[in-house]
Amino acid sequence: MSRTFSIGGIHPHDHKISVNASIEDFPLMDMAYISVSQHLGAPAEPVVAKGDQVKVGQLIAKASGFISANIHSSVSGTVTAVEPLPDISGNLIPHVVIKVEGDDWEESIDRSPEIVKEVKFSPKEIIDIIAKAGIVGLGGAAFPTHIKLSPPPGKKAEYLLINGAECEPYLTSDYRVMLEYPEQMLIGTKIMMMALGVSKAYVGIEENKPKALKLLKKIASKGYKEIKVVSLKKRYPQGGEKQLIDAILHRQVPSMGLPIDVGVVVQNVGTALAVYEAVQKNKPLFDGVVTVTGGCMTEQRNFRLRVGTNFERIMFAIGGFPKDAVKLISGGPMMGKAISRMDAATVKSTSALLLLTEEETRRGEEGNCIRCAKCVEACPMGLEPYLLNRLARAGRTDDLEVNLIQDCIECGCCFYSCPSNIPLLDTIRLAKGQVLKIIRSRPKK
Amino acid sequence: MKKLLVSPAPHIHGKDSTQGLMRDVIIALSPSLLVSIYFFGFSAIKLAFVGAITCLLVEFAIQKYIIKGKVTVNDYSAALTGLLLALNLPPNSPGWVVFIGAVVAIGVAKMSFGGIGQNLFNPALVGRVFLLVSFPVIMTDWTIPVSWFREGIDASSGATALSIVKEGLSKGMTMDQIFEANNFSYAQMLFSKIGGSVGEVSALALLVGLVYLLIRRVIRPHIPLSIIGSVMVLSGIFWIIDPSHNPDPIFTVLTGGILIGSIFMATDYVTSPMSTKGMIIFGVGIGIITVLIRNFGAYPEGISFAILIMNATVPLLNNYYKPKRFGKEVKNG
Repeated sequence: MSRTFSIGGIHPHDHKISVNASIEDFPLMDMAYISVSQHLGAPAEPVVAKGDQVKVGQLIAKASGFISANIHSSVSGTVTAVEPLPDISGNLIPHVVIKVEGDDWEESIDRSPEIVKEVKFSPKEIIDIIAKAGIVGLGGAAFPTHIKLSPPPGKKAEYLLINGAECEPYLTSDYRVMLEYPEQMLIGTKIMMMALGVSKAYVGIEENKPKALKLLKKIASKGYKEIKVVSLKKRYPQGGEKQLIDAILHRQVPSMGLPIDVGVVVQNVGTALAVYEAVQKNKPLFDGVVTVTGGCMTEQRNFRLRVGTNFERIMFAIGGFPKDAVKLISGGPMMGKAISRMDAATVKSTSALLLLTEEETRRGEEGNCIRCAKCVEACPMGLEPYLLNRLARAGRTDDLEVNLIQDCIECGCCFYSCPSNIPLLDTIRLAKGQVLKIIRSRPKK
Repeated sequence: MKKLLVSPAPHIHGKDSTQGLMRDVIIALSPSLLVSIYFFGFSAIKLAFVGAITCLLVEFAIQKYIIKGKVTVNDYSAALTGLLLALNLPPNSPGWVVFIGAVVAIGVAKMSFGGIGQNLFNPALVGRVFLLVSFPVIMTDWTIPVSWFREGIDASSGATALSIVKEGLSKGMTMDQIFEANNFSYAQMLFSKIGGSVGEVSALALLVGLVYLLIRRVIRPHIPLSIIGSVMVLSGIFWIIDPSHNPDPIFTVLTGGILIGSIFMATDYVTSPMSTKGMIIFGVGIGIITVLIRNFGAYPEGISFAILIMNATVPLLNNYYKPKRFGKEVKNG
């Protein structure tokens, strides 16, 4: 029987039109624009300067501060500038700009297709390698993986969950990774289990991916018995960390808590592959699988794309920006970010580029709240979006906190299901930021 | 460079719209409407038509000429109010009665609170109760009009089953005697009533509407089920204590306005609670008050009053009964 989370959720059409597109290497670009802030936490410190020669996989920016991650070059060539450039939202972030010359990889990287099964490292060594390789969570939040794999003192992980739900409509990059790198991904999972010192892991996959379920179950039952592959019902937001834990283990992370509070660490399928490549193949994280899709496109693609490829280059590769498309989204249609600049470039956690037409993304005219409670029914955190929206518009931060606005995971189920097209999440997101600021500014007990 | 549209997530929207939901409720009402046209002929058409058109016009006029704001009559909510009002009136009501009821429903109960989504009380019920206390004779005249389809029907009495029972009991008859004297049968109640409001005439048609609303996920089952359940339990208790002077639970549910009230009136989005717990308490409250009015009050039927009374508690219910929060109870599985 398939499992699922216990509160709320919606069933959007899944639009997985790119499922059958195999992963293809993206043609090498002429210029790479590599941001030093591709992760949650402090930006990395550039260690190269204009004129330097770099190789593929060479460290170009060093982690600074506790929560930060190393950045490696995704191309080989000459650094032409280290300067602030706009990211997808238009914010100026220091970028290392590299003129691509050939494709010269660091010799230490094992580029052979052989699958290395035997893990020869201790937990501490594994975490060090992952930190050096600059791996971040590829499920979206881009939190540095080595920190997630080192629970704070007093907290102990019991389970590792691998998120293969891919509940966002359109996205297929995790699915393709599971189909084309199944064993590598399971070895990556095993490595993370060793690092955490846990004996049990689950890979959760939604039932709309029967091929991936079957394949991974088969491989896991042969050589990876400690990893259990479980089928999940198709339901959004199943891939939310808290929802996934609830679905698989029936444990609920407490309000303002972290998965580790219930003894769980969640990692994404893509992250598991990156961990495998870093630990077994000595390859730092500088590329990833990116779905390029949209109903307005004739061809759907899944690319293995180097970090720092700019969007214009990607549009060029798919035959130009589709005529009907008006919106370019980094990620899925529910939680992805609308890209404001075509000259911005991909980062480690870019999992998809989605092109939507005006009709697909149109917001209806806002009407009065008819108190239908559809948002309450849909909210996977058991909140009352209609009430939070009203309190947010009135600026009543005390009441917002009492009504747990800080628990909102910004999944968008409320706005999706609102028959009056009230931009519930817009107002809640803004107010949540304020409330979190207030909560964090209080003296710690 | 190509101009890009930028807005916050989510970038897609579900298919639900206020208009679509209201249209679904009207579709769910149509079996009852058709059955009532079969039984009451032109009279039913007239009531539904006058009710819906008056509500639309009143809402339009108020939005356009008094508030001078956005006109939203195309969301079908006013038309729905008019239909519900018409279906809650005796079949022989004159057109001007519906007209007054519709003006009160939209003008007083809905628009004076700020229009759709803002009203505390169910507009159609406010209209109905206003008519009931203003024109008691018309509102309790259950004469059955001549139908095109059914000839030779006893156009004489047509009192509702509930008023027959109430009268019989006050004359000192027992339930068995009343049933026998009036030839009541459950099948008759399920398919067509002896007498009653336009929309109450067939329990089956109303239940078809309920199934449609549930399948289309327009409403959730909590409110109708908790009303029907609590009515059955409470009337069952009275019936067990004294079966000769209290109607049995099945009779209680199948007669009068329990079905139309619990399926179409109590589930009105605006005037019902938001959380599951709130919905159940709301429904149970309506059930209890209805049975109490029927058994101890002056009126033979009490569901309209019961719903309006419980409408007043909705803000409180919303405040005290919150949905089940995520992470409040840690289960270990």
